[in-house]
Amino acid sequence: MAKYKTKGLDCWGKAKELRQRYYQDYKEAHDRGALRWEGGAWSFDCIPQALEGEVHGLTEEPYGASIGANPAMQVRYQEAAEGKWGCANDLCAYLRNYWGSIILNEYAFGGEWPHADFIFQNHICCSHAKWLQVAGEIAGGEIPYFCFDVGVGPYDKIGERQINYVVEQLYDGIEFLEKVTGRKIDDEKLIKRVHNTYDSSCYWAKACEFNQAVPAPLDEKTMFSLYVLGTLEKSSDDVANFYKDLLYPEVKDRVDNQIAAVANEQCRVFGDSQPPWGFLRVYRYLEQYGIVSNANLYTMSLIGWWNINEKGDMVPYPTLEEQGVTLKTREDALRFLVEGELKGKLEWAPFYGATYKNDLTARMVKQWKCDAAIIHLNRGCEGTAQHQMEMKIALQKLGLPVMTFEGNMADQRQFDEARTDRLIDLFVKETLGLKKVA
Amino acid sequence: MEASEILKQFQDVWENRHDYGRDWKKRKGGKVLGYFCTYAPEEVLYAADILPIRILGGHETPSLVTPHMFDMWCPFSRDCLNQGLQGKYDDYMDGLMETNCCLHPRQAFGAWIVNKPYLWSYWYVMPNAVRSPRSKPFLRGELEEFKKAIEEWTGKTITDEDLDRGIDIMNTNRRLMKQVYELRKQDNPPLTGAEAMTMVWASQLMDKREHNELLKQLLEALPNRKLDRDPGIRLMIIGSENDDRPFMEMVEDVLGGTFVIDDHCTGSRYFWDELTPEKDRLQAIANRYCDRIPCPGKDWGMEDISRKRFPHVLQLAKDYRAQGAILVQQKFCDPHELDIPSLRRYLEGNDIPCYFLEFEVTVPIGPFRIRVEAFLEQIKAEELFG
Repeated sequence: MAKYKTKGLDCWGKAKELRQRYYQDYKEAHDRGALRWEGGAWSFDCIPQALEGEVHGLTEEPYGASIGANPAMQVRYQEAAEGKWGCANDLCAYLRNYWGSIILNEYAFGGEWPHADFIFQNHICCSHAKWLQVAGEIAGGEIPYFCFDVGVGPYDKIGERQINYVVEQLYDGIEFLEKVTGRKIDDEKLIKRVHNTYDSSCYWAKACEFNQAVPAPLDEKTMFSLYVLGTLEKSSDDVANFYKDLLYPEVKDRVDNQIAAVANEQCRVFGDSQPPWGFLRVYRYLEQYGIVSNANLYTMSLIGWWNINEKGDMVPYPTLEEQGVTLKTREDALRFLVEGELKGKLEWAPFYGATYKNDLTARMVKQWKCDAAIIHLNRGCEGTAQHQMEMKIALQKLGLPVMTFEGNMADQRQFDEARTDRLIDLFVKETLGLKKVA
Repeated sequence: MEASEILKQFQDVWENRHDYGRDWKKRKGGKVLGYFCTYAPEEVLYAADILPIRILGGHETPSLVTPHMFDMWCPFSRDCLNQGLQGKYDDYMDGLMETNCCLHPRQAFGAWIVNKPYLWSYWYVMPNAVRSPRSKPFLRGELEEFKKAIEEWTGKTITDEDLDRGIDIMNTNRRLMKQVYELRKQDNPPLTGAEAMTMVWASQLMDKREHNELLKQLLEALPNRKLDRDPGIRLMIIGSENDDRPFMEMVEDVLGGTFVIDDHCTGSRYFWDELTPEKDRLQAIANRYCDRIPCPGKDWGMEDISRKRFPHVLQLAKDYRAQGAILVQQKFCDPHELDIPSLRRYLEGNDIPCYFLEFEVTVPIGPFRIRVEAFLEQIKAEELFG
């Protein structure tokens, strides 16, 4: 008999529907007289989405990941990027998928590549600004392009100077958007969109915080499909309401009623970086041994915003209501948006050194009560794979058994599934001493 | 002194950089600060009488590095970290800084600091959006904080006069190296590409006041130097960090080409742009680093997809009459990998034939010799029959 009750998420169908509609809307936008823009999952979608009229964006990383989840499509797209454009095969795997999609003039969700009206991007890792610069070139070179810089330092070094720098760039971005689209930014819409961004980012963090409970209400394989909505359009009413009104209360209810993600939970593991998207079945394998992957800085803070409180614990970043803030002007909206992104997105901290990654992950394994770590050394993304080996040493020093496997989030040519299965098998049975429970 | 002797001194510093660093410390008693990327504001360091040294390749198998940095990171940054873990800088380097550069040296810096926690360390936030008008005031603020941190570290206040001295040392060095490069426009340049780039590597490793004195002597001696060699095909070398002298010597000594110009951060990109002095010294420094020819990682704009570096590279190729370009890239170097397909199309579209090579910690001279030889023959054939 299973140790805990378990069931699927009631809001799962809604999450699927929102994602499907997002890609469909982008495809059909021009038919409806709407604008289309390209950008990154981190590129503050509330700014272009505050333009007058109907606007739809395509965020590059989740699009690349969608292709990554389909090994046959993925290889074809990557070989187009490498063979026809001539790029290196060790560049970001999402990026190669994206470029390949344009080169082959295929939209992964059906039809021809839907050309955008403008690019609104931001930059922190080596690839982001260049990704869409080259995409624009591949697509013909005429597309208006704006990119702003958010690489201003880690969360604990953010002050007025850093916030001002990004806010000023956003004002320039607004000027750019109004010039190239002939439409105005609607301040009322902007304020609402920033408010939604806070809700999406803070309520996703609150949902993840519940995973400190035993048994964990969510497993990482499920969490991957949930955080992705925030990478698509976290400023939309639908996404913000999903996190706040559907997911958060449901996960809370699961904790209150001890509804587990893995019915026979007996071991909790910590993860890092994106998974190999085409091979998520690895997580189902772990479940047979009562293992739940319940915490990962990437999964929880790619869009989730966090604070470090006075006790030194990672806690969800306060919503605007919790801060007692009412946004009234464009300046308010931009400043609070930038402050939340720069101070709350702890996933950006490891961009500034191994000590940040070591420190944050040490806090997490303690708070989320992890027994071991399985680390995907992700050859597909330098941004999230930063300092993984130093982190491994730091976790081992805390007494945690750690296993690493090399792979690639979206390039199956760099992932040896059989070898990984065997490594996990040995780790689970020999190192952790676990036996199958399901 | 003969030009060859001076150039040999540069090579000696490059080959025996740690001996030089130890000796400098003994002679001057100052602090030594390592940096990875050429966005480090050396003006401020010279103002504080600190010796800035660039961490460059050791070109030995990085045997200690894999437990700290797995092999998807660029060989240059793995090589740098390996030397740090080997303790090669332990007895003379006092600190290490990072300049918000690409993700690869960030790994090396991060692991180095974790494993050598006694080093003074600093993360200097060089903005990425160097073409945005917002970057210059932001960087000025960053420089203010950096200056304060350096003052606290050294216990010495940095005055405007100190900054003027730092600016003068750096600008003199840039001007003199550019004058040496100018001589490479000649039909038969008085120095090879390997020698010219070794001069630049030495400037990143030694006290620039000493380097400047040698440069002045070199500029006097070079006009009298006649190399007993046919320069052959005039080449440009372009790409990421490059301090692979054996490769350049192979092309120049064995295959008979000559590198007449480069676009590397270990070459012209490091010193090409001088600083324009102004009353607010820190603002002047900020302006120089935002306006310089950018690393590809920072070469993007605010209105369109254009790049600032490409027309500059083409102009260099034209000014120095390069007949072809070799594009070299450290394996896994994202900023250059992202630009190379476009740069190649751009140069070839402007009648500069290109050949691409991917570099590792150690360079496979044999296979590269065959490939470059074929490229040179292709250029010769085009000249004959094209």
